[in-house]
Amino acid sequence: MGYKILFKEEVGPGAYRMIIDAPHVAKNARPGQFIVLRVHEKGERIPLTISKADKENGQITIIFQVVGKSTKHLSLLNEGDELADFLGPLGMPSEIDNFGTVVLIGGGFGTAVLYPMVVAYKEAGNHVIVINGARNKDLLLLEKDLSNIADEYFVTTDDGSKGLKGFVTDMLKQLIENGIKIDRVFAVGPVIMMANVAKLTKEHGIKTIVSLNPIMVDGTGMCGACRVEVGGKTKFACVDGPDFDAHEVNFDLLMKRLRMYRKEEQESLEKFEKELAQNG
Amino acid sequence: MGRIKPKAVEMAKRPVEERIKSFDEVALGYTAEEAMKEAERCLICPKPTCVPACPVHIDIPAFIKKIQEGDFLAAVRIIKQDNPLPAVCGRVCPQEDQCEGSCVMGRKFDPISIGRLERFVADYEAKTGEVNVQPVKEKKPQKVAVVGSGPSGLVCASELAQKGYNVTVFESLHEFGGVLVYGIPQFRLPKEIVKREVEYISKLGVKFVKNFFVGRTRTLDELMEEDGFDAVFLGTGAGLPRFQGIPGENLLGIYSANEFLTRINLMRAYKFPDYDTPIKVGDTVAVIGAGNVAMDAARSALRAGAKKVMILYRRTEKEMTARAEEAENAMEEGIEFHFLVNPVRYHGDENGWVKEVEVIRMKLGEPDESGRRRPIPIEGSEFRIPVDTVIVAIGQIPSPIIAQTTKGLEVHKRWGTLVANEKTFATTKKGVFAGGDVVTGAATVILAAGAGKDAAKYIDYYLQNKDKPDIWEELTKAK
Ligand SMILES: Cc1cc2nc3c(=O)[nH]c(=O)nc-3n(C[C@H](O)[C@H](O)[C@H](O)COP(=O)(O)OP(=O)(O)OC[C@H]3O[C@@H](n4cnc5c(N)ncnc54)[C@H](O)[C@@H]3O)c2cc1C
Ligand SMILES: Cc1cc2nc3c(=O)[nH]c(=O)nc-3n(C[C@H](O)[C@H](O)[C@H](O)COP(=O)(O)OP(=O)(O)OC[C@H]3O[C@@H](n4cnc5c(N)ncnc54)[C@H](O)[C@@H]3O)c2cc1C
Ligand code: SF4
Ligand code: SF4
Ligand code: FES
Repeated sequence: MGYKILFKEEVGPGAYRMIIDAPHVAKNARPGQFIVLRVHEKGERIPLTISKADKENGQITIIFQVVGKSTKHLSLLNEGDELADFLGPLGMPSEIDNFGTVVLIGGGFGTAVLYPMVVAYKEAGNHVIVINGARNKDLLLLEKDLSNIADEYFVTTDDGSKGLKGFVTDMLKQLIENGIKIDRVFAVGPVIMMANVAKLTKEHGIKTIVSLNPIMVDGTGMCGACRVEVGGKTKFACVDGPDFDAHEVNFDLLMKRLRMYRKEEQESLEKFEKELAQNG
Repeated sequence: MGRIKPKAVEMAKRPVEERIKSFDEVALGYTAEEAMKEAERCLICPKPTCVPACPVHIDIPAFIKKIQEGDFLAAVRIIKQDNPLPAVCGRVCPQEDQCEGSCVMGRKFDPISIGRLERFVADYEAKTGEVNVQPVKEKKPQKVAVVGSGPSGLVCASELAQKGYNVTVFESLHEFGGVLVYGIPQFRLPKEIVKREVEYISKLGVKFVKNFFVGRTRTLDELMEEDGFDAVFLGTGAGLPRFQGIPGENLLGIYSANEFLTRINLMRAYKFPDYDTPIKVGDTVAVIGAGNVAMDAARSALRAGAKKVMILYRRTEKEMTARAEEAENAMEEGIEFHFLVNPVRYHGDENGWVKEVEVIRMKLGEPDESGRRRPIPIEGSEFRIPVDTVIVAIGQIPSPIIAQTTKGLEVHKRWGTLVANEKTFATTKKGVFAGGDVVTGAATVILAAGAGKDAAKYIDYYLQNKDKPDIWEELTKAK
């Protein structure tokens, strides 16, 4: 069973969209779920959110940001190439309903995860406000896709090269201060961003969901690599999540656990880049 | 029969210095000569005490007789009537509690090395390449789904294919074999052996599908109602790691044994960076627990570069549940055993890495429900042990995913195991059978294999009598 890459495009610097032939995954996929893939036979298992599931054609869209060896390797594959493994859908589907006004916040690679949620919340009848944040305007992902669907669309950049100068939380604060009644916030991105969003919305009593991205191995609940602390209890993000109540999450722990293999990740990437250079 | 030979023929092992640096198999197995010499010791008892002590009742004297006669292939055929995985079981069965533990010779002398003999003939068969695949006489139209490719699933699939059914094995991981590939390390059970078994079973016509997580990719109900499976066997094992739930357990450097072993075995992290998956093994490693899983984790940690590995166990040497041979191997390799201590808390450094495990001393009290004396903490006896890595190996329970996503599948509240009839393996859901660790909780390879084999019998019976009005009642009430 090959998992063929049917389509590939660059959607931003170091960010790619791919469509994979995976009827078994497409059939049951729901928003908020993810897949685990291996690029090649010696590869590691990496989780990526299902950006779109085309049930008729049996296709899954993923959007990913190159951050290390595995995503780098993936980005070098082309249409027609096959992945070694592709497992899913995994995780609990997001709780989607008509809540009223929902603010969806994406930062960095999180914007890739955000996209299917924006679609789903919109289809459920919500008034959808999107805040898309990045360090500068060149790093903004999926601008067109998001602004087309959202009822209101805002951009923040750290350096002010586009939209509001500042963080996504600055934008959110403005919305709150402007008296917009927000029924729910969904945020995904760097841990520090999610932590800050959680802090802000807690002060204002706004229910907030975050999609957590701990390191995973199997993605099926049998290793415990992905454990996170929510409401003082240990949860396995791959089966209990990845969505959790932001006000209950121990972000500090998540941040630390994500750094566990920093040295090895560096080593792996450097080795790979050296090999690439040698092979021309 | 000649004179009694009290001493068992030793099996060659790789020397300690060599083996702690590699993941190559430790036990080297008998030569043909050694096997025949060991077989000679067997009294070929007319009323053998060893047979009832083997969970699948292999005709042990009959197969040993064939070894005495030098007909090794005949020997393996006898074993395979009852145990389709002799190369595996010969290596990993807790023989001292089973067949060998009840051998009459063992009352005064060394028991017959039944496991080693079983392993020898299975390896011999594989080497000569004379594994013959019996063509299936009569194909049957019904489709059976086997969920999980551990020993129970593999054996069940193999039996059903031989009965002519159309069998598909669904496995969530990217390799087949269950614990045999992701849990038990290469140095104890080479992956090639498991691969061989899977290849053999696919030759019987069984379809193997990887990357398919039943409950998510498809639910059990969908498999039965939409995809046309007439019956299902659940051999999904007990893969959900348990933690103690004590403070500090989520610090960096604290692994579940499953994660540690999965990284090493399934993902080949010991070959990082040639393989992409990393593992962190510090100089000083503490393994919590003293079962097979703990031994495997400890010995893997040593091979992955740890300088000092400690087993921390809350009971004593006598209550350890690991196979005797592996505990012995672990001691030989220099693993330290600390008994009557139990972790109560972990302490971390400023970056969140574990640096000490705080343990409390224990004493043994009255026997508990398992018959082992219950460990009781001695108040005020806490002390700290410096560590870089901790591996928690205190047990696994079945994953709740399938039960959560299936209508009418009952689970034992306390253990999370599936409710199934002990004789027929029928669950509370019509057409669904279950066996192995998912029913018994973490147990043994041979019990799982035996369950898969017996379940196949009743799945066959069910499919042939599906129209009987009270068939499921009959299967779930059977005694
Ligand atoms: C449920 C979930 C959904 C995700 N969805 C997306 C997505 O849609 N698009 C996207 O770009 N990224 C997504 N990620 C993150 C993505 O999995 C990581 O970026 C990727 O695994 C990094 O691999 P690497 O080898 O390229 O980088 P590495 O060099 O291995 O690591 C770089 C960073 O990724 C983290 N990481 C490493 N290995 C893993 C792993 N096995 N699992 C999770 N994180 C890891 C590390 O902590 C580090 O911060 C998701 C993560 C999770 C858990
Ligand atoms: C480290 C370790 C060492 C051991 N050592 C020994 C030993 O020396 N001797 C001995 O006799 N026993 C030993 N055991 C126990 C023995 O391995 C198990 O009892 C046996 O493997 C159970 O077999 P099983 O078929 O029930 O399940 P498993 O071997 O656990 O296989 C279950 C399979 O099902 C798959 N699965 C689970 N859920 C799903 C799903 N929803 N969809 C698809 N697939 C799914 C899993 O990925 C797995 O591959 C050991 C166990 C471990 C963990
Ligand atoms: S299957 Fe296990 S218990 Fe039975 S004879 Fe073989 S080694 Fe002994
Ligand atoms: S009990 Fe021991 S001596 Fe007797 S048949 Fe069994 S293995 Fe041989
Ligand atoms: S990734 Fe293994 S339990 Fe979640």
